Amino acid sequence: MNEDAGLSLEGLEISLGARRLLQLDRDVAPGETLSVMGPSGSGKSTLFAFIGGFLGPGFSASGRIRLNGRDVTGLAPEHRRIGLLFQDALLFPHMSVGGNLLFALPPHIRGRRARRAACEAMLADVDLAGTFDRDPATLSGGQAARVALARTLIAEPEALLLDEPFSRLDAGLKDMVRALVFTRIAERRIPAVLVTHDPADAEAAGGAVVRIGGTPEVSRQSKGAA
Amino acid sequence: MSELRRVVTTSTNRWRKIEGTAPWLLPLLLAFPVGVGLLGAALPAFGYMPALGGTTLSLAPWRALLAEPGLGVSIALGVAAGLVTTLLSVAGTALFLAAAYGTRFFRLGRHLLAPLIAVPHAAAAFGLALLIAPSGLLFRAAALLLGFDRPPDLLIVGDPLGLTMIAGLIVKEMPFLLLVALAALPQADPERRLQLARSLGYGRIAGFLLTVWPGVYRQIRLPVIAVAAFASSVVDVALILGPSTPAPLAVRLVAWMNDPDLTRRFEASAGALLQLGVTLAVILVWLGGERFAAIARQRMSEAGRRLARDAMARPVAALPAALAGLAVLGGLFILAAWSFAGFWAFLDLAPRAWTVGGWARVLGPAAGPLRTAFTVALAAACLALVLVVLMLEGRRTSAPGGDQSRLPAITTALLYLPLIVPQVAFVFGLQVLILAAGLTPSLPLLVAVHLIFVAPYVALALADPWFALDPRYERVASSLGRSRLAALWRVRLPMLAAPILSAFAIGFAVSVGQYLPTVLIGAGRLPTITTEAVALAAGGNRRVIGVYALLQTLLPFLAFALAAAVPRLLWRGRRGIRPA
Repeated sequence: MNEDAGLSLEGLEISLGARRLLQLDRDVAPGETLSVMGPSGSGKSTLFAFIGGFLGPGFSASGRIRLNGRDVTGLAPEHRRIGLLFQDALLFPHMSVGGNLLFALPPHIRGRRARRAACEAMLADVDLAGTFDRDPATLSGGQAARVALARTLIAEPEALLLDEPFSRLDAGLKDMVRALVFTRIAERRIPAVLVTHDPADAEAAGGAVVRIGGTPEVSRQSKGAA
Repeated sequence: MSELRRVVTTSTNRWRKIEGTAPWLLPLLLAFPVGVGLLGAALPAFGYMPALGGTTLSLAPWRALLAEPGLGVSIALGVAAGLVTTLLSVAGTALFLAAAYGTRFFRLGRHLLAPLIAVPHAAAAFGLALLIAPSGLLFRAAALLLGFDRPPDLLIVGDPLGLTMIAGLIVKEMPFLLLVALAALPQADPERRLQLARSLGYGRIAGFLLTVWPGVYRQIRLPVIAVAAFASSVVDVALILGPSTPAPLAVRLVAWMNDPDLTRRFEASAGALLQLGVTLAVILVWLGGERFAAIARQRMSEAGRRLARDAMARPVAALPAALAGLAVLGGLFILAAWSFAGFWAFLDLAPRAWTVGGWARVLGPAAGPLRTAFTVALAAACLALVLVVLMLEGRRTSAPGGDQSRLPAITTALLYLPLIVPQVAFVFGLQVLILAAGLTPSLPLLVAVHLIFVAPYVALALADPWFALDPRYERVASSLGRSRLAALWRVRLPMLAAPILSAFAIGFAVSVGQYLPTVLIGAGRLPTITTEAVALAAGGNRRVIGVYALLQTLLPFLAFALAAAVPRLLWRGRRGIRPA
């Protein structure tokens, strides 16, 4: 196995003006999930934005992000191959469930039939077979979360970023969706970073846990700017 | 004490009653004249209008209309102007947002938008003419570079295909659609959707167009259709920039309507109905095009092509909107230069001498029309504001569940009716009916007709901020023992001062820019700065045109400047109220 495989966060340091928000130096192996914990506004979303490639002006960041040997630090988000899962499913409301997946499916899979088949298979993989033509607005919260996972995975990302993806789910659904997400990450051997304030999330992820914290002043500023 | 309480109670009850009926008052007040006006055009179109001596139904007006030479070309010009203007304005808007969203350029564009909106159509058209005419600024610059010493022999202003007219429409409609699209943008969740699309590998332009734009477009369909309707029946821009051999249908209609021979009005009525048909056809073609575009978008999205390398394409995509803005602003500068120009020979980029002679000569005759425009705009915008506040507050408080987040679709559609039915069709019918009723042109009549076009814009500008204000502020006021009316006056209106004033400024600007209703209802007896400016188009005296067009622009500019300054003064030291 390639020793470069995985996601390396090398000497990350992010500051807003003169204030240092966070420091991180970690490797995430394929299939592992690094949980970053902290109270709301502790800089979690700043870290999320930095790894995803969306850091706003005003922040200064140093350090390197390596993904399977590639240095992606300076790349635009569209060239990073890092998939995102947000708090909300964010299914595009003007597309069907299948349309959402087709949008994410890489273009090298050609032909309408082959593309549809790939999406149907992915839907079946998250226990949602037969929902291809559904309107996303008719899905339950748990179903929408699973479609969002399917959409992210079908794009064949090399890493995943999870921004409290379970926080809006009902208690009963939470465990089910959590289990599904972390099994798929492990199966597909994708390195993942989870930012959360819920210890149960980190526990379910089963990987290393980093705590970042901040004074309240830092929290407010980073939240406003991120 | 009990006397006082009784007075308070009755006034509160009366307010409740007003609130109860208010939601429907304004939409019906706007839809009624449109319906009546169309009827006033439809009856004479079939020969019936006793006031004009027509007492029997006949097809004679239609025969006269169809016998007009070049009618087919006139119709085609209307159709082309409607479709091309709308297509390019929508495409330019979408591409600018896609290329610039989230960049510094985007914030710059946002700041420049308000002054662009304030410039009246006629002034923008004059400015464009002075920029791109064969003896205009662009050809002077080209002459210096390429070495010719005489204006090229080209028919640019007034070209038979109407291309310059369409350009003149686009430079005004694109900023308008951008403004509407910007207001609709937050509901389309642009930031997260674009992040998601880019994390899936999509370039900025493709990602925006496939994920954010559909959500924006769905909200701005009515304004887009209003643009199509306006461009297909435009008169003032066509008089300044459009062809005359033959002119677009709407322009020819106005000539027939103002013909001293009253029998021409039967033919004009038939023409008004024909214009209604032309505009309807344009709208139907557009709606068909929407379907087609939606299918194309879906195909593209499902094929999954990422178009990630769009760094070179982004400046190109932002260019049309940037050019439109530059044309309007550049036009204003050159109008100002001409208004102060002494001798200004071809090839010179600036006049050899400057003079205030033009201003001195024009200010006297322009004072009356300026005053009329100001009075009518002030009255129409104030009336519109009162009616709109009544409607919005009535709608908000009478809605089931107590709170309402937006206007119902039927109300919005009725509000848009005067903006979608061509002015030239129903205002002419109103003119016929006014004539039949024996009324003479007067300021109140003119204000009433302007109100039909001012109120929709005021309502649409104020609706979102009105419903967005947290209703708990007024509940706090009520719990402190204040009446509903007091809560409105002391809490809601002051907190919404900025959007109310900017809605007022928009209404004021719309009224100042009205050409056709002013000409038709004023019947030449109530000239405003706008009708006078458009009338100068035929003369071609650039100095006088410069002064008139600037004066015409000045009024809305002042209104927008006041709308921006007053809340800042009012709420200096109150950081919680951010001026819009």
